[in-house]
Amino acid sequence: MTQPWQPVSSERTLRQADVRAIDTADRKLFRSLANVGILQENACLKRMTPAPNVIDDAAIIQAFAGIPALLEQDPALIYRGRTLDCECLLGPVDHPFHVSIRGGSIVDLTLAPVLMRSWRFSYRASAVAWAEYWKPAPRPGWQDLLALTKREEAKLEGDLHPFMAHLQYFKDVLALPRLHRSAVPT
Amino acid sequence: MTGYIEPMVGRYIHVEIDREIHRIYFEESGLGIPLVCLHTAGSDGRQWRHLLADEEFAKTFRIIAFDLPWHGKSNPPPSWSGEEYRLTTARYTATVRAFCKALALEKPIVMGCSIGGRIVLNLAIDHAAEFRALIGLEAADFQAPWYDTNWLHRPDVHGGEVCAALVSGLIAPQSPESSRQETLWAYMQGGPGVFKGDLYFYRVDGDLRGRVDKIDTGVCPLYLLTGEYDFSCTPEDTMRTAAAIGGASVTIMERLGHFPMSENPEQFRRYIAPVLGRILKQSTSTKQGEHA
Repeated sequence: MTQPWQPVSSERTLRQADVRAIDTADRKLFRSLANVGILQENACLKRMTPAPNVIDDAAIIQAFAGIPALLEQDPALIYRGRTLDCECLLGPVDHPFHVSIRGGSIVDLTLAPVLMRSWRFSYRASAVAWAEYWKPAPRPGWQDLLALTKREEAKLEGDLHPFMAHLQYFKDVLALPRLHRSAVPT
Repeated sequence: MTGYIEPMVGRYIHVEIDREIHRIYFEESGLGIPLVCLHTAGSDGRQWRHLLADEEFAKTFRIIAFDLPWHGKSNPPPSWSGEEYRLTTARYTATVRAFCKALALEKPIVMGCSIGGRIVLNLAIDHAAEFRALIGLEAADFQAPWYDTNWLHRPDVHGGEVCAALVSGLIAPQSPESSRQETLWAYMQGGPGVFKGDLYFYRVDGDLRGRVDKIDTGVCPLYLLTGEYDFSCTPEDTMRTAAAIGGASVTIMERLGHFPMSENPEQFRRYIAPVLGRILKQSTSTKQGEHA
């Protein structure tokens, strides 16, 4: 179909690039996420030592705990990971989960630390990063796991082979709360 | 009812690059000012299919998109016997110039995305007088690496899967799902080691820092457009590059990422239409000036 050559406004075309840093308003927002009353309900948290940012992490931990059930509702995603058996460490930087994956399903998710449990790779991000990653339209530079590592809001460590060989699987599994907004405390 | 046939036509042309004939596949549509479009690393000319199908642009531009050797329907040259593929600045520059010469294009516009945007900057540095205008999408003189390219070509990781998965996050979240999947499909289809070989130019050989200040936009206008969601070539990378070039036009495109022409063609059109309009106006006034 023929379309006219309508230029967009100069305001849209010549906008100055945004400052990408997290601002104060965001930090207040994520602190408010803590007011969800989950500490009494989540048995995993009972083993946690309170830390300065435990409040921020609590909301993220709650959302993470729901990922295995969300994954079970997505057979196509499980199929994508059908050859994957892996022990990994995923979650907030200071409070990650040990995650056991068998045939693309998460068969165990336990908050670290677990005495002498091994893992092959670790992907941990700040609470702010996870909350932004799970938005329907994350802000520019926060929409991808490797965008988060590039901006140093996330750390990728260990033997990266299972992560890289199943990269889209991990991106999609860790984005499941984005698709199920009810899983994300807001 | 007969099926709809799109307006672009695909053909092969024999192009001599570095003293060897290469069989290059290209598609074209329209009549007028030649507009040569360069695809991103590891993909092919299909990325431009929406621009090629644009009836309005085709009234005044001869829109042409070709597949680099090793990409899409352009095979490796006959001399290739399986050695590692590596794109270099010199070879990429020679390829674009040879293709334009083989088609006898008179002062074409060249528009390239990503590695295509980088080579556009090199064309502006060294060969500006050959072109009517240059357009760099997702272009910068350099950008910080964010992954190890060795993951792109090894027997224990599926190349197509990992190439597509790596670039998937560079697409804006607002882009239509079908366009996102189509963009990634081309990455899944690339030959082994080709994306990695293209990135040799991007990461190692094609560092243009300290050279872009030689660009004279009085000789050839330069337009740089970058998507706000491109975290590989960020808006800041493009703006830093433009700051060293007098007279370069910079646009940051909202709700677009690293593949504007294929990930959201409708949104991209809003930004490229005024640029093409300005080039058309400039070409018309220059022509009138010549006849005055």
